[in-house]
Amino acid sequence: MSDYILEMKGIVKEFPGVKALDNVNFKVKRGEIHCLVGENGAGKSTLMKVLSGVYPHGTYSGDIIYNGEVQNFKRIADSEEKGIVIIYQELALIPELSLYENIYFGHEIVKGKAIDWNETIVKGAEMLQKVGLKADPSMKVKDLGVGNQQLVEIAKALSKDVKLLILDEPTASLNEDDSQNLLNLMRELKAQGVTCIMISHKLREITAIADTITVLRDGSTVCSMAADEYYGEAEIIKHMVGREMNDIYPKREKKEFGAKALELKNWTVYDPSLGREILHNVNINVRKGEIVGLQGLMGAGRTELALSIFGNTPNYKITSGGLFMNGEEVHFKHPKEAIDKGLAYVSEDRKGNGLILMQDIRYNTTIANLQALVNGLAINENEEINVANRYKDSINIKAPSIEQKVGNLSGGNQQKVQIAKWMFAEPKVLILDEPTRGIDVGAKFEIYSLMNKLVAEGMSIIMISSELPEVLGMSDRLYVMSEGTITGELSIEEATEEKVMAMAIKS
Amino acid sequence: MGENKQGLGQEIVTLLKTNIRDYMMYIALVVIMTFFAIKTGGGFLGARNIANLINQAGYVAVMAIGMTIILIIVHIDLSVGYVAGFCGAIAAILMTKYNVNEWVAIVVVLCIGLLIGLYQGLLVTRVGVPAFVTTLAGMFIFRGLLNLTLQETGTIIIPNEGFNALSNGFIPDFTDGDIHMLTLIIGIVLAVLMAFSEIKTRRNKLKYNFEVLSTPLFIVKLIAVSAIIMVIIWTLASYQGLPWTAVIVGVVLFVYNYMLNKTKLGRAIYGIGGNAQAAELSGINVKKVTLFAFCSVSVMAALGGVLYASRLQSATPTAGLGFEMDAIASSYIGGVAVSGGIGRVTNTIIGALVIMSLTNGMNLMGVDISYQYIVKGIIFIIAVAFDVRTRKK
Repeated sequence: MSDYILEMKGIVKEFPGVKALDNVNFKVKRGEIHCLVGENGAGKSTLMKVLSGVYPHGTYSGDIIYNGEVQNFKRIADSEEKGIVIIYQELALIPELSLYENIYFGHEIVKGKAIDWNETIVKGAEMLQKVGLKADPSMKVKDLGVGNQQLVEIAKALSKDVKLLILDEPTASLNEDDSQNLLNLMRELKAQGVTCIMISHKLREITAIADTITVLRDGSTVCSMAADEYYGEAEIIKHMVGREMNDIYPKREKKEFGAKALELKNWTVYDPSLGREILHNVNINVRKGEIVGLQGLMGAGRTELALSIFGNTPNYKITSGGLFMNGEEVHFKHPKEAIDKGLAYVSEDRKGNGLILMQDIRYNTTIANLQALVNGLAINENEEINVANRYKDSINIKAPSIEQKVGNLSGGNQQKVQIAKWMFAEPKVLILDEPTRGIDVGAKFEIYSLMNKLVAEGMSIIMISSELPEVLGMSDRLYVMSEGTITGELSIEEATEEKVMAMAIKS
Repeated sequence: MGENKQGLGQEIVTLLKTNIRDYMMYIALVVIMTFFAIKTGGGFLGARNIANLINQAGYVAVMAIGMTIILIIVHIDLSVGYVAGFCGAIAAILMTKYNVNEWVAIVVVLCIGLLIGLYQGLLVTRVGVPAFVTTLAGMFIFRGLLNLTLQETGTIIIPNEGFNALSNGFIPDFTDGDIHMLTLIIGIVLAVLMAFSEIKTRRNKLKYNFEVLSTPLFIVKLIAVSAIIMVIIWTLASYQGLPWTAVIVGVVLFVYNYMLNKTKLGRAIYGIGGNAQAAELSGINVKKVTLFAFCSVSVMAALGGVLYASRLQSATPTAGLGFEMDAIASSYIGGVAVSGGIGRVTNTIIGALVIMSLTNGMNLMGVDISYQYIVKGIIFIIAVAFDVRTRKK
């Protein structure tokens, strides 16, 4: 048998318009802890989905060699049968079921036709012991903390006789103690002969635990380093971000900043559905005519920050701090009030939160500011058509007419419709959340140019983005967020990719 | 863009392909009507029965219009049937026991409908009980209240002529001839207004370079629609004229159609149905609009109850049984998307006509009520299945 439990050779995976994985080579030694790192969108999760059979054989090219044999997984069950188990960041447990029911969910122990519950409970307790969770197997999953739920997931994996365990950002939502517990458990599993692949952003943990580190960037393998070969976090960061800064960011002629258009003071927010504080003492501001970048990795709390400012009160409870617009304190109870005061939010999730896909461009362009078109009771449709056509032309939305359904447009054009909608609302402060996610380079450039034009006209922009080059290329000043806290503020002159990345993974 | 430049044949094919969902509804209506016309030896399409059909369909039509709004925002109201029954009973009690003027009674009953809507809407929007559960409970509650209201009296015969005229009477005429002149004039005015508005819309669309029908097809469409209006009007005019029910449904339809297509509220309703989260973040107060929809559907249920009591000239403990099914089926047959966000009240009226033609036709043929339910259920499920399939493409 070869020294490697897993070899993925020349993996190419394409989505319409995007090459998510471009000739990735990935080798994992038997019995090691292998960390897979890279920026958001580098292709880590896609690679693991190819491995586990979420993307079945035939939808990608390249070979998966596991235990010396080429594998053609058609579905997750195929890979699990071979002992490959993946635990996602979003836990797949059923809150209302007990621990033992969850552990054997989907591969129940049966005697004849019926489930053997006694055996299930005994075996379940055994698995819990293996992961070091001292809990009654019959308690419900929802009564456990997130850290312990993670352990239940691992117990579930062990019950499937796991040989290769894949953990996708297992410590992202864990506190320090729980994270340490988990890392210790991984070391124990390693001693028992289980091979682990861990996807993570937290470099400190990676350097502490990894035997081998593979860095992915833009869908390709950058390098693979054994633990004794690399020199520390700085080197990993360099590999993660080390790409050429292309000239894709249009320059702004003159920069003139006015008074503070929006300011947050000690903004602390509690999320009732999660039952915990998600933003801690956030202090940020943006001046008139300024683009402020808000960088951070996924889950750092950037979108939550934007939504809590935007008056989405049912989901976020502001426990302390204040929001000031043009020096005046404001309290928004509903997005409507925020819009009326000149705030606009372009959602990162344009399909889920931004656009009404079954309606046309005209509808979506005017929906946030219909008041401006109302004549008595009725909407002035001629004026509305003029408005929609004007924006379609001025920001170059490519569609046969404004009667085109937004759901049929490309990602870039959908994004432009979203921006048109908020331009028509004439905001003073525009929050752009991942404005260029999933759109092609040409459309990106147009959106950047548009941002420059808007600030030149006196608007203020807060740009949330996890793409480092974009933040550095567009911002006048930037904040970095990690785990609900602002971990740093940098002027554009002093900001470098390494500095920002170091702040973004600070915990 | 602009006027369609394809060949005429090609244009018709494209038109059929893109609008198959809407056309199916009309085809179904024509097939059903033809079938009954043959089976009843023409009696189904006789002047007398057409007037009857309109009078019978009135209560379902107004309730279906209210239901359409609720279904567009992806909620449901199962309680409309017994709310209608209960409200009809209240009206009857007010008029007979307390000698309240019939018009005052109607206003009171509509206000009760509004209160019921507020109660159910607040449960859904403020407490967070799903609409299905809230209105299922409403079904129990209003059925109980209906029985309680009529417990002492049993079925109440309503003597008020004005009240009963709502679903049995016809608009007055200024001549005594065989042909009902006022009806004819209304029909002509309607046809002319329709033609003018169509021409105006088309001109406007051309101005903005939107796609429109080619001139020959447009003219054919105008003539066809005017002809249908005039045939119906002529049939009615040669009998006793336009039923009051048609006037009431027409007014309700006009108001709702205007609201949905021309006002901010209408935009908000479609937005919430399409994507409630996006609507909320666009500054639409989803809770307020949802509350409005519940109030509107209950007021329409109350109006339906009035029309039904007027039709029977009495209030009975069985009134309201299964009305919600007819209202929901009418909306879906009329093209409201099961996933929400799409639907037109004008099409809902066609859906109501389909459902009530089935009822009326099968009654004329003497089909047992059990079979009637089965047939209606089958037509309903075929319509929705067809809808789901055609929308997937």
